[in-house]
Amino acid sequence: MSTPDVPRAASGPVPPTYAVSPLTEQPLDHRAAISIRNLSKSFGGKLAVGGVSLDIPAGSFYGIVGPNGAGKTTTLSMATGLLRPDLGRVSVHGIDVWRDPAAAKKQLGVLPDGLRLFDRLTGAQLIAYAGELRGLDRETVRARTYDLLATLGLADDADTLVVDYSAGMTKKVALASALIHAPRVIVLDEPFESVDPVSAAGIRELLTGFVASGGTVVVSSHVMDLVQRMCSHVAVVARGLLLASGTVDDVRAGESLEDRFVQLVGGAQVTEGLSWLQSS
Amino acid sequence: MVAVLLRLKLTLLLNGFRRSAWQTVGFVLSALYGLSIVGMVAVGSIGLSFLPDDERWAWLVVGGSVAVLGWWLIPLLAFGLDATLDPRRFQQYAIERRDLLVGLALAGMVGVAGAVTLLSGLSTALAWWDSPLALVAAVVGAVLGVALCAVGSRTITAVMAPLVERRRFREIAVVLVLVPVLMLGPLVGQLFGRLSGVRDWLPDVAGVLAWTPLGAPWSLAGDVAEGRWLSALGRIVVTLVTLALMLLAWGAALDRTMTRPPSHGSAAQAQGYGWLDRLPDTRTGAVAARCLTYWQRDPRYAGSIAFVPFLPVPFIVVGGLEGNDSLLWLAPVIAYVMGFAISADLAYDNTAFWLHVVSGVRGAADRAGRVVAVLTLGLPMVVLLAVGGVWAAGRWDTLVAVLGMSVGVLLIAAGASSVLSAAYLYPVQKPGDGLFSQPQGATTAIFVGQTIGLVVVALLSAPTVVLFVVALATGAVWATALTVVVGLGSGIGVLLLGIRTGGRLVDERGPELLQKMAAWS
Repeated sequence: MSTPDVPRAASGPVPPTYAVSPLTEQPLDHRAAISIRNLSKSFGGKLAVGGVSLDIPAGSFYGIVGPNGAGKTTTLSMATGLLRPDLGRVSVHGIDVWRDPAAAKKQLGVLPDGLRLFDRLTGAQLIAYAGELRGLDRETVRARTYDLLATLGLADDADTLVVDYSAGMTKKVALASALIHAPRVIVLDEPFESVDPVSAAGIRELLTGFVASGGTVVVSSHVMDLVQRMCSHVAVVARGLLLASGTVDDVRAGESLEDRFVQLVGGAQVTEGLSWLQSS
Repeated sequence: MVAVLLRLKLTLLLNGFRRSAWQTVGFVLSALYGLSIVGMVAVGSIGLSFLPDDERWAWLVVGGSVAVLGWWLIPLLAFGLDATLDPRRFQQYAIERRDLLVGLALAGMVGVAGAVTLLSGLSTALAWWDSPLALVAAVVGAVLGVALCAVGSRTITAVMAPLVERRRFREIAVVLVLVPVLMLGPLVGQLFGRLSGVRDWLPDVAGVLAWTPLGAPWSLAGDVAEGRWLSALGRIVVTLVTLALMLLAWGAALDRTMTRPPSHGSAAQAQGYGWLDRLPDTRTGAVAARCLTYWQRDPRYAGSIAFVPFLPVPFIVVGGLEGNDSLLWLAPVIAYVMGFAISADLAYDNTAFWLHVVSGVRGAADRAGRVVAVLTLGLPMVVLLAVGGVWAAGRWDTLVAVLGMSVGVLLIAAGASSVLSAAYLYPVQKPGDGLFSQPQGATTAIFVGQTIGLVVVALLSAPTVVLFVVALATGAVWATALTVVVGLGSGIGVLLLGIRTGGRLVDERGPELLQKMAAWS
């Protein structure tokens, strides 16, 4: 494959650490849980993701952070087979997602953000449905559904229609649907949004346990504090470009992740203020 | 503000064209169709002008009344008028209520149906070209009549809205509205038959209608032409009072919707796994179980077949029960309705379809599951109606042919739907939306989709239909046998091919289909 041009972001300051990633020219890393090369997508001429290359090591707890509209959801959708990339390749444990989707999808558990659920099913039915769609047999599905409902604190609401769930419960039942086939890699888009602190702690514990047992977790978030505490690795994206990636300690370079993030993204210029908004 | 609302509606209409060429095609088709209606009304009006004054009057009053009644009832029927400008979307903006009312009423007229009504209404004035004063009165009457259409349709939608939000009501409403409408045709037919000439009863009907809000504005010109000044004044009063009352009711209903959040009933519960326990634990079985659950719980599905039990009514009204051979066609018609009911299944899933994509479900399994669900419901229903129709018509000799034809059509329609729902994706009501709400600017897309489906199914079942007609007419054994063989053969063939072709489409375009549906919401 010839060296592709890395598209420029539309505008804004060129981040200091940005350079054409040397990864772009390397082949997919088959040992990585997820290996991404030069992934690009634009919608109606507008660049959403411009040539992201990234290796997510197996057994890592990987955070992807970026401001709203940075391309987090688009990148994760392309990596999980939900959105066809314009350009670039993705593999999951060495299986190319877009050449052998069936095999790659078996490895993946996905919690997307902003997509509907089959919410006329009860919580238990939705999880079981996800299990049967994955080809599991009935006994396995029933046993795992029971476990997941109990672990995620949904046992009392198992027979309630998902449409009547709160936002937090909906996230949890979607998470359960993503876990039922025991995937090797879990990709979660904004898993903690609108989840109450107690449930969030429960989910975090579950994910940490999964990583400890050898699985890989990828989460996107814009809560830096959470990512710094929870993740082993982090990637910073903005305007569809990868600005930095590596272990959390490498990326934050002694500062707090939040400060480093603001530096990289080049925001926080609200010095003038909105004079008409002052109430005094 | 009124101008802003109008511009918004116009922008939505135009943006619809930018989205897909099909929208444009559909719009042009319906615009041409609309123009032909205007032309017919105009020519008819000129023709009327050669009749005596009182006959012109009677025709115009009855015709106008039908138009107004249509505008009032059609929004309740879920097709036709779309609720592009749902008042609740303006909740956060401080818009004067009066501006909102006028704006929404006018915006409702932007579109093919509105333009056709306005132009047709105005062209009825041509009936009075020989009397300048009546001509002016006709124009005034037309404007008032169209105003009644616009305000009335909005008022009825708004007043019914709180009822419509209730799940229970939604389920029976279709029946309540559809049955009278379905019976309207046959009833009118009966009237025509019973009374020897239209001229005998038309003046009486018009005489009554002219004093109701339906006919009053259309009566104005005739009254003026005949010098019934007091009557003319009366009709104006009837019209204006109706308009005022409707605006009041609409305003009150609007206040209610704007200040009160949509009510939810208590959280719904369902024990256990339901259909998931009853069907095999394969992917096809799982999809079928999920679809059957949706047929049960989602009012969008229930609504699409709620009228089926009442479909025999018009057949019976027209031809009576005994010796009514038209009843033999009942089962095939319902077979088509049932088979076609899954033609928008994928669109009904909306973005929840991601679960199928992310799970790597084969397209064929997805298609087959949906077909199994609809056949589970459709087969018993069609067989029952086939037997019932034959029994009522007293034509037991045709039972086998009717069964062969009906099941064949059911399979063909289901097979065609399996391809259509993946190949031609158009916006439908979103999950949880009311039965009567319509997606933004999708009316033409739905129209095109339904037309394509009807044509395809008609073509594919043409051989069976021909044999069926021969079997009915001659009662020949060979024709009956061929109806069954060709019906079932082509049915199974189309179904399998449909599942395979539709499945391949889903396999190839799954992510694209998902992306398209994500763009709707």
